[in-house]
Amino acid sequence: MSDDPGVSDALHDPTTDDSRGAQGFPRPDGDFPLATYLLSVNGRELPVDDAWIGESLLYVLRERLGQPGSKNACEQGECGSCSVLMDGALVASCCVLAADAVDATLTTVEGLTGGGGLSDVQRAFVEQGAVQCGFCIPGMIVAVTDLLDRSPAASELEMREAISGNLCRCTGYGRIVAAFHQVQQERADARA
Amino acid sequence: MSAIARPADLPEAFDALDARPDAHLLAGGTDFMVEVNFGHRRPPAVVSLRRLPELQGYEIGPDEVDIGAGVTWRTIERELAGELPALAAAARTVGSPQMRNAATIGGNLGTASPAGDGLPVLVAADAAVVLAGRDGERTVPVADFVTGVKRTVLRPGEIITRVRVPRLAGPQEFLKVGTRNAMVISICCAALLVDRAGRTVRIGLGSVAPTPVRAPDAESYIAGQIDWDALSAPPDAVARFGELVRDAVRPISDHRGTAAYRSRAVQVIATRALERSLA
Amino acid sequence: MPAPSQPATFTRRRRPPGLGESVLRPDAPPKVTGEFAFSSDLHLDNMVWGKTVRSPHPAARIVSIDIGPALAMPGVHAVVTQDDLWGSRTYGLEHHDQPVFAHDVVRFHGEPIAAVAADHPELAARACAAITIEYDVLEPLVDAERAITAPPIHPDGNVFRHITLRHGDPEATGDVVVEGTYEVGMQDQAFLGPESGLAVPSEDGGVELYVATQWLHVDRDQIAACLNLPREKVRLSLAGTGGAFGGREDLSMQIHACLLALVTGRPVKMVYSREESFFGHVHRHPARIWFRHHARRDGTLVNVESRMVFDGGAYASSSTAVIANATCFAAGPYRVPNAKIDGWAVRTNNPPCGAMRGFGAVQTSFAAEAQMDKLAAALDMDPLELRLRNALRTHDQLLTGQVIIGVAPVEECIRACAELPMPPAAEPDADLMTLPGGAGRTALPHNVRRGVGFAVGFKNLAFSEGFDDYSSARVRLELGADGEPVAIVHVATAEVGQGFVTLAQQIARAELGVGTVLLHPADTQVGSAGSTSASRQTMVSGGAVQMACAGVREVVLERAALDLHLAPADMVLGDGEVTTKDGTSRVSLAEALRAGPVEAYREFHHAPTEPLDENGQGNAHWSFAFAAHRAVVDVDEELGLVRVVQMATAQDVGKALNPLAVTGQIEGGIAQGLGLAVMEEIVVADGRIRNPSFTDYLLPTPLDMPPVVQTWIEQPERGVPYGAKGVGEPPTISSTGAIVAAIRAATGRPLTRIPVRPDDIAL
Repeated sequence: MSDDPGVSDALHDPTTDDSRGAQGFPRPDGDFPLATYLLSVNGRELPVDDAWIGESLLYVLRERLGQPGSKNACEQGECGSCSVLMDGALVASCCVLAADAVDATLTTVEGLTGGGGLSDVQRAFVEQGAVQCGFCIPGMIVAVTDLLDRSPAASELEMREAISGNLCRCTGYGRIVAAFHQVQQERADARA
Repeated sequence: MSAIARPADLPEAFDALDARPDAHLLAGGTDFMVEVNFGHRRPPAVVSLRRLPELQGYEIGPDEVDIGAGVTWRTIERELAGELPALAAAARTVGSPQMRNAATIGGNLGTASPAGDGLPVLVAADAAVVLAGRDGERTVPVADFVTGVKRTVLRPGEIITRVRVPRLAGPQEFLKVGTRNAMVISICCAALLVDRAGRTVRIGLGSVAPTPVRAPDAESYIAGQIDWDALSAPPDAVARFGELVRDAVRPISDHRGTAAYRSRAVQVIATRALERSLA
Repeated sequence: MPAPSQPATFTRRRRPPGLGESVLRPDAPPKVTGEFAFSSDLHLDNMVWGKTVRSPHPAARIVSIDIGPALAMPGVHAVVTQDDLWGSRTYGLEHHDQPVFAHDVVRFHGEPIAAVAADHPELAARACAAITIEYDVLEPLVDAERAITAPPIHPDGNVFRHITLRHGDPEATGDVVVEGTYEVGMQDQAFLGPESGLAVPSEDGGVELYVATQWLHVDRDQIAACLNLPREKVRLSLAGTGGAFGGREDLSMQIHACLLALVTGRPVKMVYSREESFFGHVHRHPARIWFRHHARRDGTLVNVESRMVFDGGAYASSSTAVIANATCFAAGPYRVPNAKIDGWAVRTNNPPCGAMRGFGAVQTSFAAEAQMDKLAAALDMDPLELRLRNALRTHDQLLTGQVIIGVAPVEECIRACAELPMPPAAEPDADLMTLPGGAGRTALPHNVRRGVGFAVGFKNLAFSEGFDDYSSARVRLELGADGEPVAIVHVATAEVGQGFVTLAQQIARAELGVGTVLLHPADTQVGSAGSTSASRQTMVSGGAVQMACAGVREVVLERAALDLHLAPADMVLGDGEVTTKDGTSRVSLAEALRAGPVEAYREFHHAPTEPLDENGQGNAHWSFAFAAHRAVVDVDEELGLVRVVQMATAQDVGKALNPLAVTGQIEGGIAQGLGLAVMEEIVVADGRIRNPSFTDYLLPTPLDMPPVVQTWIEQPERGVPYGAKGVGEPPTISSTGAIVAAIRAATGRPLTRIPVRPDDIAL
């Protein structure tokens, strides 16, 4: 997050920050440091060769490893579309330096679908009409799955807080909350 | 050294920094990566601090909590609410849950943003930051560590290792004003800590100055007005405290809020924080 | 309809559900697994990355452009500017006044000047920075009012359109008069999937573009004109579209990517960052609106006077149509015998503005509904009673003189909305997270006051003012590999999230009695579907699919009749079979298709409309939709923070063809109305956008959006397929006004500007 009220204008104006070139973008300094590493994604070790070290985990997943399920909508951890699990913790993959994620266990939305079918969370999103354009949905699925695994009995308020970092522009969240309730109900029924 | 170093301990980290003095330090990455993604930062090399054991964990002592610089806000929110309630409340407002799982207390200090949510609490608590260099450690009060907008006294080659937060017996409050009910940069925020043993009230304020600030006049005024045995104060004294806090800051106007609103809001939240802390 | 936030229950049935049922989206399963390909997910092995160079100034003369250093960079494949265009140098939805690349002058902050193609997005960014542009910076024209008379900043002048609407006796006066001036800030569509696409050069010298858009054919025509290619050599296919809300009606990266593909001979991928997205599409018009309402003592409206100035920014986009809507629907859904309205849409050096959900009706609804509350107060009358007294009905006249011939259940909407259950009273031990300020824990229950507000709104459905608004559909019925009949529906309708893919299947199933309906990808190989905007696709593309299905059915019935030696008129097409009306004989659909597939192509044109005349009068619109909203808010008056507790709405939907989809459209539309009411604004200062990021352009989170209780007024609209009205926009029109009215009720503040800022309440 760029969270600085004192210098916010300069930070948010792509054209006045003096750390950039005349057009507001980086000066060509010829410096393009590369790195080669392995990432563990959804149980597979995947090589990344000669990648620019500034690449985010999100970029590497999408553009180098053929895993475009995680989406890029803000590049600053403010929308949740790129949510993945890193060593079991829900993080924004746009804010993870890919080259620093080498010894982490990574799970993306592609890794949540068991045996080709839909998980109960995924099915509930489909059945409750929680999907419209769907751009936020992969991140939303990861966040709701994480919450229900950690706190199976979470209240609706806790659920809303848990996904407060996942923005949806289409649904107003009503059907997403409904999907959450469906999963809770189904899991409770299965236990009974 | 390659373009990215992932040292396993502090001495290795110093070696990496010696090899590449131009390397950027990476903690949770939530500030660092935004700057890279937006083209504000072009790291020639990176030293990751994620694996340093010296930066991990926390120790709860009788007088202070010693928190590793690599401890995330999520851990503070969940595990330190009993010992450091204001810091835990502040932690709950840092960005999104995804950010809190990655962002660290050391990173918050290193970035030193005027809107950094944890800093007003640390300043109010008289917390200190431990800086390690090749030649040893030094401990600096947080209030002296942050010197301006995104400026600190951290020297090249130094790494923030620990944050020592005194434990105070008494109520604590953290209030943060933003236009949205979650995931928002503060327009202003206030941390109020009551030290019953020392008979002091401390208030730390964020987003109202280039650095997190205290309001010494307000603090000393209210300390003299409180009935310390009952932990109560007359209503007009509470109101006066709010005014003194307001008078202690000179906020600016920006797209998040006007200076006039910030002054008003800081008075309101300071007053409310005190009201909630008193009987 | 489903209760707020509670899961719907489903009964499993054998037959695939048809119209009027909550059929599930066919694209939802791939969307929840991450397999669905959005426009930014496309990838070809030899592709390069495109990036745009943008102006740092809102107004400047370009003295020189030096692309040499960028071109010399290894890995950079092309740099293009206006000099590389071999066709038209300007484009636009209605008026071609916007340069593809600024060349002599720049007119807004972020205007494209050049584009580069490089091996890596970071390299493309560095190449953009290596282009040296010398500017002679000018004083920007940023005051919309001043723009009317200021020296023109564009050869086409500064006034996009001035509508003079005079209705009845414009000088009529009432016993009671209330006056007010209102302001609307600049809202962004903020669709989550940024502008993106993949352009691929084709062997015939043309180009294929896979892109997220609202209207493939109009994109194609503008691209073809600027690249000087025949239309058939520019082939567009809809890529997965991450929302739109009006913001994809204008071009963004389309021409740039296609030009780079033609110049490099390589596929070119362009994906805007969020920051660039804020510079790359039009926004909702900011507006300044003055109103004077006249009424009799009994509350009957006598005259509405208004003067409104909409800031269209640097280029025309759809400003001329937006200001038409703003004036036509200025008074809200009420009978007003006399009106005198002047509406201006003007050019400035601010960011260009155009279509956004609600399209002109949003701005005036906020102001007009505030006036209705003010009038009710002046009359000492219940605000709902005042609205009911003046509520539009079928056969009433609009301000334009047009008589409403369709259904207009305004009274029903108001009454039904008012009757919806209220939320429980605030609890003294409420979790601080549920109070204004939320996670910031700023308020205790005793710091909070509750308010209730109400607003009613309406707008036109589909395109107006003489536009030949149509959609095309090709439907083919054939035997699948398993020998079962399959319907294939081919439309160019842009699915942007609204759910037309589901509806197209529902219609084909209902019309053809087949279980399997496949959707051909939307592209320009079929006729235009028109834009996915103006709440029109259910009606217009839905109508085209219905007609094409009917065409197919006709042939099938003829074949079956021939087999049975009967007349087609004696036959009906049912579930997988053709039967005689008396049920005595039958031919299976599979049998009827053995002679070969049946295909039909049809266009649905809605009833013709006419342009407004010099007095703003005329039958300019086809159909209308209405909605009433009630908001309950908690306000922390000292801090000026607001928590919306509940939204209630009753909406005129004609007929709900997919209840679950309607529910979602209404909840989502209200969320955008909430955003405009209390948090969403692009802050522009001296022509510069100050907050082009999701850190500072605030969208409602799940902790900001309350439960929605909703009910629908189902009165089928005649002359409209299935009687169904579009439902997308009404939720966004008056939800904002209802929330602001509720804040006024809680605080007593006038609140004449949206979004309402904490300062406006607390200071």
